[in-house]
Amino acid sequence: MTSSKSNRSYWKRNQIAITPWLFLLPAMIMFALYVVWPIVQSFNLSLYRWDGLGEARYIGMQNYEELWYDDAFYTSLWNNVLWLVLYLLAIPAGLLIAIFLNQNVRGIRIYKSLFFFPFVISQVVVGLVFTWFYDPSFGLLNIVLGWVGLGPIAVLANNEIATYGIIAAGLWPQTAYCMILYLTGLNAVDPEQIEAARLDGAKGGKMLWYVILPQLRPATFIAFVVTVIGALRSFDLVSIMTDGGPFGSTRVLAFYMFEVALSEYGFRMGYGAAIAVVLFLIMLIYISYFLIKMYRDERGV
Amino acid sequence: MFTLSGPLAKSLITVAASAVVATSAFAQTDGESLTGDLRIFLDTSNPAPRATMEAMIAEFQEMNPELNIETNVIDREAYKTQIRNFLTANAPDVATWYAGNRMLPFVEAGLFEDVSDLWDDEMSEALASTKPSMTIDGAQWGVPYTYYQWGVYYREDIFADLGLGEPTTWDEFLNVINVLNENDIDPVTIGTKFLWTAGGWFDYLNLRQNGYEFHMDLTNGEVAWTDQRVRDTFARWGELLEADTFIDNHAAYSWQEALPFMVNGDAAMYLMGNFAVAPLREAGLSDDQIGFFQFPEITEGIPMAEDAPTDTFHIPAQAENKDNARAFLRFVASADVQSEINSGANLGQLPVNANSTVDDDKFLNEGFEMLSNASALAQFFDRDAPAEVAAAAMEGFQQFMVQPEQLDNILDRLERVRQRVNGG
Repeated sequence: MTSSKSNRSYWKRNQIAITPWLFLLPAMIMFALYVVWPIVQSFNLSLYRWDGLGEARYIGMQNYEELWYDDAFYTSLWNNVLWLVLYLLAIPAGLLIAIFLNQNVRGIRIYKSLFFFPFVISQVVVGLVFTWFYDPSFGLLNIVLGWVGLGPIAVLANNEIATYGIIAAGLWPQTAYCMILYLTGLNAVDPEQIEAARLDGAKGGKMLWYVILPQLRPATFIAFVVTVIGALRSFDLVSIMTDGGPFGSTRVLAFYMFEVALSEYGFRMGYGAAIAVVLFLIMLIYISYFLIKMYRDERGV
Repeated sequence: MFTLSGPLAKSLITVAASAVVATSAFAQTDGESLTGDLRIFLDTSNPAPRATMEAMIAEFQEMNPELNIETNVIDREAYKTQIRNFLTANAPDVATWYAGNRMLPFVEAGLFEDVSDLWDDEMSEALASTKPSMTIDGAQWGVPYTYYQWGVYYREDIFADLGLGEPTTWDEFLNVINVLNENDIDPVTIGTKFLWTAGGWFDYLNLRQNGYEFHMDLTNGEVAWTDQRVRDTFARWGELLEADTFIDNHAAYSWQEALPFMVNGDAAMYLMGNFAVAPLREAGLSDDQIGFFQFPEITEGIPMAEDAPTDTFHIPAQAENKDNARAFLRFVASADVQSEINSGANLGQLPVNANSTVDDDKFLNEGFEMLSNASALAQFFDRDAPAEVAAAAMEGFQQFMVQPEQLDNILDRLERVRQRVNGG
């Protein structure tokens, strides 16, 4: 009798314990290969001096030491912070437009589409359009400024304001994105609650703050997440509009890493990896916050 | 690293006389047709250069009907990064690149074939002007096929209206700048968005202020950026900035975007390579309106060296058909081929081979004469200096043009980069 039990195959005995791991396995392999391993590699590479061709030479923490004294690094870091903070303006702006458009008028779908349009066109095109918009000799901005007797301002040639100019360009499509998120959210707002609030005499700002916004929390959360991600992806606009200049004043960390490691005059793989590691650690803070919040929310339910 | 091989002037001119004799020597002499394969990678992706190269390769094919030629044209910008991959894995037999320090990483990594054997006395004489910039560690690593002059292109009609002549000295140059400013014309147009255009100004100011030897020592990292002579060069540049020489907001423009200022007559001069002539003509300026002059002398008595970026052919060390590749390089270096591919209808640039004929084009003629009399040729800042130094320095140049008061910071920064690169 006892033999029959031991005769059961290993698989049969442990089926319940093993199955979930089997299902997880493909994802885990992919994750290890394409996420974890490159991170480890980057850490490793950041300890070397390597031009991508010759022998890599181990130099310990020298890349990080250089980074510590590198003005360009701090400029890029500061610009990243600017991007993160100012990009969040897309959320209230998107909310405002969404509330404005959330009405039933003839042709409202057309208006909604028009407002959503900037998000559909490629970031590269957005960058080009804004480069022309800012152009000091024929750009629309300076023509308008000229009417009121101001300007011309060469936004992208001025190291003090160029970054703000690029962020403004980035806000254009990002606001549209937040708007569409809120428009969907507004559809799901419970009309009965609004009715009830109205009976209680709430209107205007109070209605928005105490009744509508709490119901939009999921939309706000998503808008926050995509905007932060969008801010960290600012590479393409920087590359198109200023190429990191004038004299490096508009670089963000991702762009600086690219420039150091992969651009025409770059190929300092180790230094680029060191920047990537720092960028990773910074993002880790955000990711941890995000994960902890998700975990708490799930437990709360 | 690059030493100058005697005055070019005489060798170029005297050799030109014996053109016929030398030409035949470069053509395939054995008369036997090549067999096997030949894979050629080109970065000549713009329409005109592409057609030129394809026609040239077709000619080579005709001479060697049994040779199986495979040509691959790669976008010029993308090529700069792709070459690193294809030289290490699956290398072609022939690849285009640039002379000077720009080929140093590949030579040091052992990825380019030593082709000193091709550079016999005849070739060395015919290609004398660029031999120094093809030489690293006493060996040659490729052959040049074209170069072009740099200098000041200007609006001849505007100069004539204002009674201005071509300046040959620094004082005359400053005078031209003042007169133009008085007449509400920006003296010089430039677009520094992509930085390298400012490198041209530094090259010329430094070559004229301190001379070729010093310029090469500096770009090779043998002189400190905080050296007084470097400061002297920047002081000249400062004089130009003080005289309000350059257009406003140049950091917002690429070099093409800076052209309309000159086309519209809002600006009168442009320090550029000869490739600027084509877009100026296309924009409607006639040859009577465009003039060219050599960058004026600054320090009296210093021999005039010029920027002449050279494009080259190389054989990757891992190539499989090196004999065929060598034959092709010999073909490309020959006087006839270089005359043909550099003609106005094709590349519209200057042949490197001294026995070639130059197309009858106003700017090619002036350029050929200027380079023939040049005491030495620099490749251009971003090809003479190591990539890392070039990137940092050109950014510093742009910053200096906007914030001249930051000079000390800029030079300190460059000196740190130099020391790190040298230390590495």
